[in-house]
Formats: sequence, structure tokens, C-alpha cells
Amino acid sequence: MKYARVAFEGSIQEAIVTENNIQLLDGQLVKENEVVWLPPVQPNTIFTLGLNYADHAKELSFSAVQKEPLVFFKGPNTLIGHNGKTVRPNDVTFMHYECELVVVIGRQGKNIKQEEAYDYVRGYTVANDYAFRDYLENYYRPNLRVKNRDAATPIGPWLVDKEDVKDPMNLTLRTFVNGKQTQQGCTGDMLLSIQELIEYLSSFMTLYPGDIILTGTPKGSIDTVVGDEVITEIEGIGRLMNTIISEEALTNFKNE
Amino acid sequence: MQTIYMKLSGVGPLQEGRVDLRKQTIMIGNTTYKADQIPLEIPINGTVYGTLLNYHGAYEQLKPAMNEAPYEKPPKAPILYIKPMNTFAATASSIPCPESAVEIGAALGIVIAKTAKKVSEANALDYIKGYTIANDVSIPHDSVYRPSVKEKARDGFCPIGPWIMDKTAVDNPNNLEVRVLVNGVVKQRSNTNQLIRSVEKLLCDVTEFMTLAKGDVLLVGIPENPPRVKANERVQIEIEKVGTLENTIVTESLPAGGRI
Repeated sequence: MKYARVAFEGSIQEAIVTENNIQLLDGQLVKENEVVWLPPVQPNTIFTLGLNYADHAKELSFSAVQKEPLVFFKGPNTLIGHNGKTVRPNDVTFMHYECELVVVIGRQGKNIKQEEAYDYVRGYTVANDYAFRDYLENYYRPNLRVKNRDAATPIGPWLVDKEDVKDPMNLTLRTFVNGKQTQQGCTGDMLLSIQELIEYLSSFMTLYPGDIILTGTPKGSIDTVVGDEVITEIEGIGRLMNTIISEEALTNFKNE
Repeated sequence: MQTIYMKLSGVGPLQEGRVDLRKQTIMIGNTTYKADQIPLEIPINGTVYGTLLNYHGAYEQLKPAMNEAPYEKPPKAPILYIKPMNTFAATASSIPCPESAVEIGAALGIVIAKTAKKVSEANALDYIKGYTIANDVSIPHDSVYRPSVKEKARDGFCPIGPWIMDKTAVDNPNNLEVRVLVNGVVKQRSNTNQLIRSVEKLLCDVTEFMTLAKGDVLLVGIPENPPRVKANERVQIEIEKVGTLENTIVTESLPAGGRI
């Protein structure tokens, strides 16, 4: 099943998404264009992997061989739902999308072994982990000024049960900018698999239900500009839409 | 007597009280208690952000390496990191120590009062509810090139509390003595007058690129040469006008939290 969180007529609701409708859990049946899509999860901890696809690591001129997995955290200010808008700051020259498979943890665990890792997974969703290369600095890289900006991590549209995803390590990821495909990869090319990531992270900290892991992005990152419509899509999971807006558009919108 | 906001054990909402730091008493309503009679939980439920290299002494130690690989040049914007929720622990609880020793990071925490985005230095104090104390525990590590997740985000690695001291109790957050005591002996002494970015400047520079929400906490930094401790040692972080956060280090086989 596909689970969403939406705003409808003044209330925030959990919902089940079917082929033609959205079934709100209070019983109402509504159409997709009647709701505002919210991030499908409200995690306490957001793990993000950097350089987890060898080809993307090469693209960013890093050695693919890391001593430790490159992991960092994000704050809740970064998340925004499907059909949301993300600001491109006026002073950046390179803002790129990153299509990523998101693993949603379903059960508390510490020192989880690879073989049992999927027992701790609730399901999957899609994220677009925008980066702003102009702000990169070599301290705790990628620093929060690059990776922790407001609404710069679209996520959704929904959470898909793990039972509905036959092989999460063999899914096609695609990004489309204004309808044109600009990125394609396969989750099978991750350097550290979902199972290895869960084993690694839980070896030093407890994972909790609702925590999410953004598993990294393959090559194909290009600059995106104000007005671009960016769709990140993962086979069998969903298509996540986001539009890039200017700083002024955000302010004007607020003043209306 | 100063106003504090605390999470009393067994009570849902954050509770307002009055504290006398010298006499070590807390007044709730009209009743006065000895401070150590009142079990306190974590007073924070927002996101906790730490700041790297914001004390002059800590910055100076890394400075010789800043123009070399992998750093290449000195940092421009504040360097932040997140202490996730699994690291939170209450005062008087235990911290599992995974190696032979861990470092005690004595940090003043700014507790945010309302949505703070692109805040000016002049108005920064309007966005502060009060101050708290964090023990930003780390496994010692030299490189700060990559995020130090494995070293800083282990369970129980961010005791925080004992309360939120109302900002009216702190006339100048940029001149507070910070002391770390291990088993009752002073092991570190510093002062927030050693901050590179003051509390106001830090809030201004951080909210230039990200929004802090009501209840979030921004740690102002850790003084140089953090004391190292090992299992079975008792750690107190005292910050002038804010309070004392006390925890015990235990071996990693024991869970985070619990009581001394």
C-alpha cells in the first residue's frame, strides 16, 4: 500500500493512495488535485549518504574508496512534500538535484546484522536531495550550508510498504528536468547496500521507527535554474515533483 | 531567584519554576525543594545543532592546517553538525563510553523561542527563549574534513539540561564562565567571551542559510582541549548563571540513560 500525509480542507490527514483516489483515514475520498502533499514521514533522525554510487563520486572528483561511509544528518526544516517549491538562492551558480531511494525504518534496533536488516525496514519513498555547490567548504563536508537548507529536500509523494517492493536493490532511478531525462541509474550500483547501511549505522547508534536513510545518488547531476520543474522518479515507488523558484518569488508569495 | 523551564519526571508539559543557583533550591508554585530532590528529564524536543571551531583556542589549534589539504582554506560560514535524538540524555543519567576514553564538550545551548530566519545581529536576542547546557560528547578524532557521525552521534552522547534558564537571568551570554569537573575536580575552565562568533552573531550567520524553529537548540561551540574521561567517572558541566549538568560515564555494555 501507499501511505501519504496530506492537508485537505484545513486538516492534516494520513491517507492511502489508490489508483484513482486518495482515501483519507477519516473516511473521505478525495482527488489528487484537491490535496496538498506533505512529507509522508516525520522522522526524528534523517540519515543521508554521500558518494554512495561510484559513478557519482567520480563525477564530484572524489576517490570512490572511503575509509568510512560518508554519512551526515539533516534537520526537519529540509523536508518538503510532493509538488513543493524549493528556492535557488540568487548567489549560487550550481544547484543540482539528487534522486535518492529513501529507506524508512519500521522497528527499533541496535547492532542489526545484514541478514536481518530488512526486518527493520517499514518501506520506501523517494527524495530529491538538492545541493548548492557554491557553499561547499572542507569542514564536515558536505557542510550544512550546502545540505541543510529549508525545503531543499523534497520527499514523497508517499511511503510504499516494503512488501510491495520486490527487490529494492534493483530499481531504476530517473530524473527529468522540464520533461527531459537528465539522470538515470540503478539502486544495484550503490557502494553500500541497504543491508550494509543498516548494519553500519546500527553498529554505533540505535535506529528508531520513522527514522529515514537517504541512500545516495548516481551520476547525472546538472545545474538547475529558477522555473525548472524537476521530477525524481524511482521504479515501483513513485514520481516526486518539485519546482525551483527564486528568493524573490518566495518573499512575494509570502506577502500576498 | 531566576525563572527556569524544566521537564519534571512524570509531568507532561514543560514546567515553570524558580531556581536559586547559590542555595541549590527550586521553587514550584509556593513550595521550595532542594534541587537534587527533583528528578528532571530532557527539557528539549527540537533539533540540536552543534557549532565547530567557535572558540578562539580551538580555532587556533587547527589554524596551521587550514591552508593545507584537505581543508585548503579557512572556513567562511559557521560549520554545524546535528546531535540526533538518540544522543539525548537527561541530567543525572549515564553515558555509555565505547572506547578507552571520550571527550567532554562543554557547550552553552541557545534555546530558540520562535521561528528564526535571516535574523539580524541586533534583534537576535528576541529569538532566544533561554539557555541550557549540553555535554557534546565525542570519541577523540583529529580530522574534521568529514562529518564525525560515528564519533559524535552515539547513543547518550548529548546529555542536555538540567533545564532551560530564562534569558532574563543572563544579562550577557558572551561572558559566562564554563567549567568541567571530573569526580569533583576542575579539569577545564573557559568563558564564552572566547567565542569567535558571539551568540548574536552566530544566530545571525546560521539563520542566513537555514531556519531554526521554536524549541531548536544551537550549541555555541566547545572550548579547546576538552577533558577526556572514562567509565565510572562523574562529569559536571557548570555554566555561570545557567546551572550544572551532571552525568556519569559507564561502560558501553550498559544502556544510555538510566539514573546515577
